[in-house]
Amino acid sequence: MYDQYLARRYRTTVRPRVEDYKIKDNVAIVGIGQTEFSKNSGRSECQMACEAIKAAVEDAGLNIEDIDGLVKYAMDYTDEMHIVSALGIPDLNYFGECGWGGGASCATILHAATAIASGAANYVVCYRAMNERSGARYGRAPGVEQIMIAPNDHYGYLMPFGLATPPSWVAMFATRYMYEFGATVEQLGWVSVVCREYACMNPKAMFYGRPITLQDYMESRMIVEPLRLYDCCLDTDGAVAVILTSAERAKALKQRPAYILGATQGIATQGEMMTSYYRPMISILPESWYAGQELWRVTGLSPKDVDVAQLYDAFTPLIPMQLEEYGFCGVGEGVAFCEGGDRIRLGGEIPCNTSGGHLSEAYIHGMNLIAEAVRQIRGTSTAQVEDAEISLVTGGLGVPTSAVLLRR
Amino acid sequence: MSMVYDTEHPVPIPPIIWDNMGYWEGINRHELVFQRCKECGTWRHPPRPVCPKCRSFEKEWTPSTGKGAVYSWVTYQESPHPGFKAPYSVVLLEMEEGVRLVSNMVDIKPEEISIGMPVEVVFEDIAEGLTLPKFRKVG
Repeated sequence: MYDQYLARRYRTTVRPRVEDYKIKDNVAIVGIGQTEFSKNSGRSECQMACEAIKAAVEDAGLNIEDIDGLVKYAMDYTDEMHIVSALGIPDLNYFGECGWGGGASCATILHAATAIASGAANYVVCYRAMNERSGARYGRAPGVEQIMIAPNDHYGYLMPFGLATPPSWVAMFATRYMYEFGATVEQLGWVSVVCREYACMNPKAMFYGRPITLQDYMESRMIVEPLRLYDCCLDTDGAVAVILTSAERAKALKQRPAYILGATQGIATQGEMMTSYYRPMISILPESWYAGQELWRVTGLSPKDVDVAQLYDAFTPLIPMQLEEYGFCGVGEGVAFCEGGDRIRLGGEIPCNTSGGHLSEAYIHGMNLIAEAVRQIRGTSTAQVEDAEISLVTGGLGVPTSAVLLRR
Repeated sequence: MSMVYDTEHPVPIPPIIWDNMGYWEGINRHELVFQRCKECGTWRHPPRPVCPKCRSFEKEWTPSTGKGAVYSWVTYQESPHPGFKAPYSVVLLEMEEGVRLVSNMVDIKPEEISIGMPVEVVFEDIAEGLTLPKFRKVG
């Protein structure tokens, strides 16, 4: 295994047979709901979770009483017992949580879909609720108004040296990436500019009505060199929920179903939480590569079949790095791919993060990206890709990650 | 110029667990040691209970040459913590043994740090009970 990892080979021989993959075409996302996205919600995370779930249930044309399953993020501060009690859900027969911060986003879909495809549940809700702007901000160092991260032994190799916040952890990858592949910050800036363009088409985005130019990006203040303010995602208060059910039951519901072609997770060896600096290369993201390889394997599709992508964008370098790992371009070509922005804009090879993404719509830990991937299938995005049939969304990365491929 | 700590504020202390005890004991006596598999000789860092290559649990804390090179770097322009005075740089180093670790450079300005720069270890006693391995440019 260790040597195989070094050779970057996907071990399809240890995977189940593709014909045994029961999720494909048998499960659909049938409801989406969300709160407003703000800097200060003025209410509890539990209330926002309930608002988003209620909106998703109504969107689907279901009743709260129909819900019999729930999958949450391990990092979410709400819990299933209080959600069930608050909303008056009579009972749940399937519930659980997925780990690794935003890496849980598409993983919740995989776990919900597994329950539905196996007959363990009928209607499963997945949600994320966070007062991440007015409450504990993830960009702060532990011990400084930040309670996200419990101390663990690995942080002992980072924190005393001042490598204390997520932008610095990603910046360490970015410096090496730019060195190895000759990428520049000007090229990277286009990722930020294009996401802002999409946000300016989306009235619900936090940065709606606030376009930026590449010059604005270059003049934004340095946070952790080489990353600037506009390389970093928003801090947001808000909640998003989605409802899944079987393809058969989906036909009777209100919305055009977003059928699940594949949902996958990926862990790669020798990883650490956002700081996997100990691998042969750090200019690549093996978790994303594994989740992608499995996604293409179980769906039988390839990147060229994808019409639109929502790539987890906590920081700008992660979009080009995922374009590489999911196979939209070659290793080391991602930043150049984004230069000028046309290839990730509407009409380009792969429109990316069409709601504005985490960089410019809101940071709901990947759940808002899933909602946008569904809107693209329904034809209701504010930056709609014409006749979009295949929609990709990815989970938080640099940690154990996840991905979902939807179809019309 | 080195990383400056304001020890009025508590600097994060490395958690000591069974698996990394030997590493931090080495640092405290001003010796840089890494885990090495007794079966296959593979060096590893961060410390783990078992060799990921041959799966042997037999390992020993083996002295490093203390020499390596800068593999990547970042520079904080704003301090994220009252215990650290900005600007300061953090470096990722690749040691001669092939392992990597995160640290800071001493006696150098952030803009002088570059990938490939050869370094050697020095030890800084930061506070009571906190000694850290730091690195200085050589050659």
